[in-house]
Amino acid sequence: MLIETKKLTKTFGGLVAVNEVDFTIEKGKINAIIGPNGAGKSTFFNLLSGSYSPTSGRIFYKGKDITKLPPNKIARLGVARTFQTTNLFEQSTVLDNVIVGHRLRTESNLLDAVLRTKRFKREEEKCRDKAMEVLDFVGLTHVRDQLAVSITQEEKKRVAFALALATDPEIVFLDEPTAGINPGETEGLADLMEKMVEQQITVCLIEHKMKMIMALADKIMVLNYGEKIAEGTAEEIMNNQAVIEAYLGGDASA
Amino acid sequence: MGSLLKKRGWIIGFILAAILFPFVSQNEYFLHILTLAFIWMIAVYGLNLLAGYTGYLSLAHAGFFAIGAYTLGLLTVKAGLNYWIALVLACFLTSAIGAVVGLVALRTREHFFAIYTLCVGYIIYLVIDKWDSLTGGVRGLIGIPAPTSVGPISFQTPLSQYYLILFFLLFTVLVMYRIIHSLTGRTFIAIRNSEDLAQTIGISTMKNKLLVFVISTFFAGLAGALYASFIRFIGPDIGYITIIFDLLTYLLVGGIGTLAGPIVGTFLIVTVSQSLQFLQDYRMLIFGPLLTLLIIFYPRGIVGAYHDWRMKSLAKKKQQLNRKQTYVHTQSTETEKKIKEG
Ligand SMILES: Nc1ncnc2c1ncn2[C@@H]1O[C@H](COP(=O)(O)OP(=O)(O)O)[C@@H](O)[C@H]1O
Ligand SMILES: [Mg+2]
Repeated sequence: MLIETKKLTKTFGGLVAVNEVDFTIEKGKINAIIGPNGAGKSTFFNLLSGSYSPTSGRIFYKGKDITKLPPNKIARLGVARTFQTTNLFEQSTVLDNVIVGHRLRTESNLLDAVLRTKRFKREEEKCRDKAMEVLDFVGLTHVRDQLAVSITQEEKKRVAFALALATDPEIVFLDEPTAGINPGETEGLADLMEKMVEQQITVCLIEHKMKMIMALADKIMVLNYGEKIAEGTAEEIMNNQAVIEAYLGGDASA
Repeated sequence: MGSLLKKRGWIIGFILAAILFPFVSQNEYFLHILTLAFIWMIAVYGLNLLAGYTGYLSLAHAGFFAIGAYTLGLLTVKAGLNYWIALVLACFLTSAIGAVVGLVALRTREHFFAIYTLCVGYIIYLVIDKWDSLTGGVRGLIGIPAPTSVGPISFQTPLSQYYLILFFLLFTVLVMYRIIHSLTGRTFIAIRNSEDLAQTIGISTMKNKLLVFVISTFFAGLAGALYASFIRFIGPDIGYITIIFDLLTYLLVGGIGTLAGPIVGTFLIVTVSQSLQFLQDYRMLIFGPLLTLLIIFYPRGIVGAYHDWRMKSLAKKKQQLNRKQTYVHTQSTETEKKIKEG
């Protein structure tokens, strides 16, 4: 068990966005969170990555309580994430966007930069190499030197993946990685996620595309109005009465 | 690699021009204006690292400039300290106060940060203006000594001061260049881009923002201290709000978040406003609308516009090259076909 939440809750004023959710993420698997819009999926991610602090409940990472840790410390432990909206620095090249992703694994400081020390040179190289490596991994070596503004939507998603991977994570959280992308490209991203798992990186994603998720995920959790209504394999989820009911009102194919 | 060399190219060009200028013109008035411009440039560089590269627009920097100037003035005039020790202390005191202000100010963002720092700047001005017994109030501080000699080099003449301040400017540019082209600089830019994203890739945003704030006030203090010993008289008005808006104008015109911006913008505005001096305060009638237009059409100033233009022309060239290659390619396949058909 890589991550475990216990009665995790987040309220915004009167709104209970995440309600006493118990969830476990297993190592080396593809875990998925599904649910209608506004179900609290992104909020759940924000809690896990430390961007929001929970109203109550606990989060454990490899048995260690990380409930109160700030996001940058959680990232250092090996937890990476992408956001629902990709925000790259558009005026920089793809490579430049990704290099900073490995910053957290370096020590060099302002003085190293100003004095151009040995450590500075070693670590600049290290970050550049890491960026090249992850760009190669996500299949973007050919657009490495292009400005981020000039690449396609799908390529931008891949850059976001690369940036997350550059942090040397053990687990990556992907918030709707295939939103706004056509079916052919979606398959490519699904392949990429499987490739991550092959590299011993645990994946947890939020997804709307049912067909894809049923084929891809080893384990699925369904959220509705902030509550976990089901958890299990794709087959179990598809035959779950509560899930069918929650989705009957909505759009099952969305 | 090529772009790096070109980036260095303009720096070398600027250094040469600045070093050679006094040989071309012996006009003391020009020398004075340029020296003053160099001082502003140092302050603008400090502001640029914070506002341009990290995304925090501070309006307190005229205040920090004044703190640097008054610290140097008081330490040399009233405490009789050695100039160089006073200079170092002025920089460090300014950044120490910067650290304290930053700790509070950096908890706010965007407009709130701007407004908060505007207030801080004004408070600094008021303190200087009202604390008569220490600062001399509106009468100001007179008799600030010029830099004392270092070995055989004395700094009594305008020419030697010109070179001394140019030296500090080049030092500033070097430090900025190295910060920006480093992981530390990338960290700052990541914060400007998105603080939430920066945090999730393991960056401690508060620590880094505070670091930038301290560096940037350091250079504001350095500029202030140099100003005090160059003009040799200071009054509270050097900490007034108009100064920060001057600095901002230089930065915006030259190009916020660009390495050459502070030099280009300051040089241009200072020289142009010198030649428009006969218009007195009506100059603003011309500068105001021009600045507005510039910000609308070129938000990254002259240098930013130049970069964009170069990027576009490079991309065009690449496209043309690609087209030629594909043209050659299709031609060759066609001939292949013909050969096969034949
Ligand atoms: N920062 C916030 N402040 C107030 N309400 C929020 C905030 N973030 C999310 N919410 C609310 O929490 C609920 C769950 O949102 P979210 O987690 O984004 O849903 P999902 O990602 O499943 O579509 C929504 O009703 C949303 O309006
Ligand atoms: Mg969401």
